[in-house]
Amino acid sequence: MARSTQDSRASGADLSLTSVTKRFGGFTAVDDLDLLVERGQFFALLGPSGCGKTTTLRMVAGLEEPTAGRIDLGGKDITRLRPYKRPVNTVFQNYALFPHLNTFDNVAFGLRRRGVRDVKNQVQEMLDLVELSTYGERSPTQLSGGQQQRVALARALINRPQVLLLDEPLGALDLKLRRQMQIELKRIQTEVGITFVHVTHDQEEAMTMADTIAVMNHGVIEQIGGPMELYDNPATTFVSNFLGQSNLVAGQVLGRTGDELVVEVEGSKLGVPVDRARQTSGRVWVGVRPEKVSLVSGGTSTDEGANVLGEARVIDVSFIGVSTQYLVRMPWGQELTVFEQNTGARERFGVGDSVDLHWTPAHTFALDASQDARAGDERYEGGLATAGVGT
Amino acid sequence: MSVADVGETLEGRTGKPPRKRARRSGWSTGYLLLLPGLLWLLVFFVAPTIQLAATSLYDSAGSLEAGYAMTWSFGNYLDALSTYREQFVRSLLYATTATGLALLLGYPLAYAIAFKAGRFKNLMLMLVIAPFFTSFLVRTLAWKSILADNGAVVETLKSVGILAPDGRLLATSVAVITGLTYNFLPFMVLPLYASLEKIDPRLLEAGKDLYANGFTAFRKITVPLSMPGVVAGTLLTFIPAAGDYINSELLGTPRQYMIGNVIDNTFLVQLNYPIAAACSVVLMVVVVVMVLLYVRRAGTEDLV
Repeated sequence: MARSTQDSRASGADLSLTSVTKRFGGFTAVDDLDLLVERGQFFALLGPSGCGKTTTLRMVAGLEEPTAGRIDLGGKDITRLRPYKRPVNTVFQNYALFPHLNTFDNVAFGLRRRGVRDVKNQVQEMLDLVELSTYGERSPTQLSGGQQQRVALARALINRPQVLLLDEPLGALDLKLRRQMQIELKRIQTEVGITFVHVTHDQEEAMTMADTIAVMNHGVIEQIGGPMELYDNPATTFVSNFLGQSNLVAGQVLGRTGDELVVEVEGSKLGVPVDRARQTSGRVWVGVRPEKVSLVSGGTSTDEGANVLGEARVIDVSFIGVSTQYLVRMPWGQELTVFEQNTGARERFGVGDSVDLHWTPAHTFALDASQDARAGDERYEGGLATAGVGT
Repeated sequence: MSVADVGETLEGRTGKPPRKRARRSGWSTGYLLLLPGLLWLLVFFVAPTIQLAATSLYDSAGSLEAGYAMTWSFGNYLDALSTYREQFVRSLLYATTATGLALLLGYPLAYAIAFKAGRFKNLMLMLVIAPFFTSFLVRTLAWKSILADNGAVVETLKSVGILAPDGRLLATSVAVITGLTYNFLPFMVLPLYASLEKIDPRLLEAGKDLYANGFTAFRKITVPLSMPGVVAGTLLTFIPAAGDYINSELLGTPRQYMIGNVIDNTFLVQLNYPIAAACSVVLMVVVVVMVLLYVRRAGTEDLV
């Protein structure tokens, strides 16, 4: 598109945070955070509420000042720069549209403050981009949630910031509209080529849109990587539970054969690829994603080399349409989750059936046993931590 | 849930069908609730206003003893305007000046209470309202001693040369306007505070994010969003100030008299009811017209 080559401002710039800390009184919201966002990236900061992701974003915007550390944008130190002097714009969580201005004037606000000429054409062009061409005269209060969201996006984007910050921009929309806007945001980002930093607590949203995700918890980054890398090879129990679901069982590393660790779990020997093990000796959490596991009738023989946990009993079956979700109880009392695709080729089980769990060692990961196996698991966070996982 | 809804639900539950009746009784409930207020207005506002308008058209040659004849004397208005033009103009001038000063003083105060007071917010609001605990007269008399010729204020102003050695504050326009400003300041501050306090601080953050420095954000976001408070505050100050006669009576001399003093005097001393009534009607009409023009100009309809 022409607009992405209009001037150098539109092309974005590297954003880096070095040892950034933010304390509010005695509370440390962001703790010694290092982060590099490369130009043109769609970067997501993902984490539960209170993890410090919004504070991080506000420090980049200049709305909070870091207690310590340094923020650079395009090689320039912006740590103490006033928000109105930063080539950074924000799409706020509640949109924060100016109620006394119409859509056109809302979008034109930033241009007028910078004394830019040709406001009219630029605003019209931006309203076209967000598909609100004919809404210029409307007051924000006359717009739907999705439309307000797009005005907020246009109001920020029109300034061609080097980095666009999005603070839970889709949080207030209903599910269907959210999906639609996710695709829309991704399209716009590709079109304008500006670096996007997107804060969200919705792991699906982060995975759908972002090139790179930083998972945050308690003010620190647990892991940074592409959506697939984070999902398939989580570094911490928090990441394994917060991004999708995981089955984590306690094991003891026995030794190593070739590229695989051999881990004993309740009498069974399981293989874990060495490069997917965050800890290679002593006690570990052995993890596997529910959809990677197959169920077979108890005692059925399997492929040589598969990981097997036997003598489980089905205690709950939920039919979801595309898949069936089983909850099984292991002989040692722990409950594990298994998702089976409804391809028609798989055997179906009912509550009470005796089953074995099979999966390929390549899908197994091993995590530090000192971490809380329930960290990041929404079923147990927020006071629900009474249901027993027997580990 | 309105009373009518309750009625409907109850009837629905007991299986009685007449929904229509319930609706109608809902209507009459509304009117019944309005009735006391309407009656009050009718007896104490509409009737006296009509009486006042009628009095203003009586023959001004009449007297209380001889009685008044309804002669549709529109000439009363010409008389009133020509005789008391000076006091009319002075009233509007004093009221406008006092309103302007109250806005200048009240805006920063309301802003400070709304945004900067923190835990002292309620205390500061209390202090704004506190003068109401004493009488209007007592407060105005207090200003008399504050502005007195040998008082500290006058002495200080003389010593720094702002006031001439024989200058005085009491019995001048300055004293009357000061009194008006002081007395009506709370009516300015409270609506301003209410509308400033409602402003979402995130809008100011959004402004700063969009290249507005502190002052521009104030000018382009805070001020327009506080306009309902500015309009309400200026009206609440201007309207009573234009009709006030206590401040000019106590802090001024007949040379500072406002239209309120004229009305007071013609009604109670001269006992010239038709002219007094004509003055009252003129004041009322002028104020209403000014207020209408002002509200239209301020264009705050979609903000309140």
